Amino acid sequence: MDTSVENGMVTRSDLPLRVINSTPEAISKAKKRAKRSFRQIRTENVFKKTLMLMGLIMVILVLGILLTLIVQSLPSVKALGPKYLWSKVWDPVQDIYGAWPFLLGTLLSSFLALFISIPFSIAIAIFLGEYHPKGWLPNFLKNTVELIAAVPSVIYGFWGLAVLVPIVRSFESAIGVDPIGVGIFSSSLILAVMIIPYAASLGRSMINMVPSHLKEAAYGLGATRWEVIRSVVLPYTKSGLFAGILLSLGRALGETMAVTMVIGNTSLIPKNIFAPGNTMASVIANEFTEADKPVYLSALIELGLVLFLVTVVINLIGKKIIDRFTNE
Amino acid sequence: MDAKNVKYRLGKSYGFQILTYILAFACVVPLLAILIFILKQGLSKINWHFLVNVPKPVGESGGGIANALVGSILIIIVASIIAIPIGIMAGVYLSENKKSRLAYWVRLSTDVLQGVPSIVIGIVAYFWMVKPLGGFSAFSGSVALAIMMLPIVVRSTEETLKLLPDSLREAALALGMPFHRVIFKVIVPVGISGILSGVMLSVARITGETAPLLFTAFGNPYLSTNLTKPMQSLPLLIFNYATSPYNDWHDLAWGASLILLLWVLFLNIFTKIVTRKWKVQL
Repeated sequence: MDTSVENGMVTRSDLPLRVINSTPEAISKAKKRAKRSFRQIRTENVFKKTLMLMGLIMVILVLGILLTLIVQSLPSVKALGPKYLWSKVWDPVQDIYGAWPFLLGTLLSSFLALFISIPFSIAIAIFLGEYHPKGWLPNFLKNTVELIAAVPSVIYGFWGLAVLVPIVRSFESAIGVDPIGVGIFSSSLILAVMIIPYAASLGRSMINMVPSHLKEAAYGLGATRWEVIRSVVLPYTKSGLFAGILLSLGRALGETMAVTMVIGNTSLIPKNIFAPGNTMASVIANEFTEADKPVYLSALIELGLVLFLVTVVINLIGKKIIDRFTNE
Repeated sequence: MDAKNVKYRLGKSYGFQILTYILAFACVVPLLAILIFILKQGLSKINWHFLVNVPKPVGESGGGIANALVGSILIIIVASIIAIPIGIMAGVYLSENKKSRLAYWVRLSTDVLQGVPSIVIGIVAYFWMVKPLGGFSAFSGSVALAIMMLPIVVRSTEETLKLLPDSLREAALALGMPFHRVIFKVIVPVGISGILSGVMLSVARITGETAPLLFTAFGNPYLSTNLTKPMQSLPLLIFNYATSPYNDWHDLAWGASLILLLWVLFLNIFTKIVTRKWKVQL
């Protein structure tokens, strides 16, 4: 049957036995019917193949991204070697390339943002998951958190430039450091707001999944609400919360526009957290279209490759933890 | 002493409860601050003139953002045309083949793609589209944005279809319906609310994306509808004008920010209302 489906020919063996010995009209009718169902089977096979192809496109895209980044960063890997990543000077005019200022800037701003955001996102998760799972007030908070994630990053950047930077500047002159305003501290503040939703929404769903008999047992032993949260809910959801924090770190590392607008964009190594700097993403955004030498361009792409690999690893670890948690 | 201890523990419990409340609702502050500030700055800039004119050169006041509006809409439409069919079909594939080996890799790739920083997508789109075509073009921007849309559409399609009961599919197949008609006439129509909400969320997300457009659509101070040439878009205009030193340009950027913000919030809220309504009916 398979062969006749493939070539579209109807053979005698495809017709029902009772038709073969009857009138010619009946035979041609049966042939037509058989042809139609063959066509349907063929369309079905083609459709199934198309679906598979669409799925394959996703895999090809990811492999293609990886391959493109690797191929395009080869010139800089060859010319600069691995010590590119910890060389301290970035001066494309004199052909000196070192990525350390950007690595340091990325790590500083992301982790600072993470530390600022953790208390808030965990508080939201506890509030929505444990104290008030239902009602109009938690609904309002939930929608607010979702809207925080929806605001485009370029708007965060513009707002940061116009409102946050002057505030940071007066804060800096109050504590006695150079009042520049733009810098790693400002970008961390903006980033902290931007990444709150990721850990918060994940944490909420994890806290919702804590079995109620565990909590009830603790209440039955006379525990207060806080003691239940601290010694039942938080330990139970530990890995889930950690995964949420990992995912928000992934967002913070790759965030480009808001950071580019408020970090100050210098290629010097930042002296403290208030100094201007650059992150990997922001240096790519600023210098990619200006890169006139092949090694310069390829050095920027190598930064992109590092960024890609780091965020992929962080995201996959986070997703693995979540999968294990939800399957338990 | 016991009573004192209980009081201490209860007090601690209430203390932490209040602290949680304060920290949780502190997050409302930045969002409100951004909304109010942009409303205040942008509202006075927006009028008919602002919507139908292109930006004036430096030094002349007035002008509008028509080029960015047209550009944004065109780029998003083309990106949607590329991404939505592929995304929905890949999502259907994942929900129909839950356990196959390829499905595992597709799911993994979707997760990876969702986490890729937008600037990296920009670099890749530059080498896939801009370099071979020999110049910045709006179409390459659409491709970059389509890559960003895909994982959201795939995921929401898969998650929606996974929830449908198997009996639905089996009943249709038992009636002798071919597989593709089962998908198009039964499975997708039943799950359309979830799929559409995914599509709308992905459109909302790419509307605000700037980084992938920096090296692809590039921006253009004039009104252009040619997909093979550079084109302006709202987020690009905001970025370029916000970081410029001119006050007139800042005004344009505030107006554009307000429009972008309203559009994105509208899409999000609309999606939420629509899905809630349809879920009740289902």
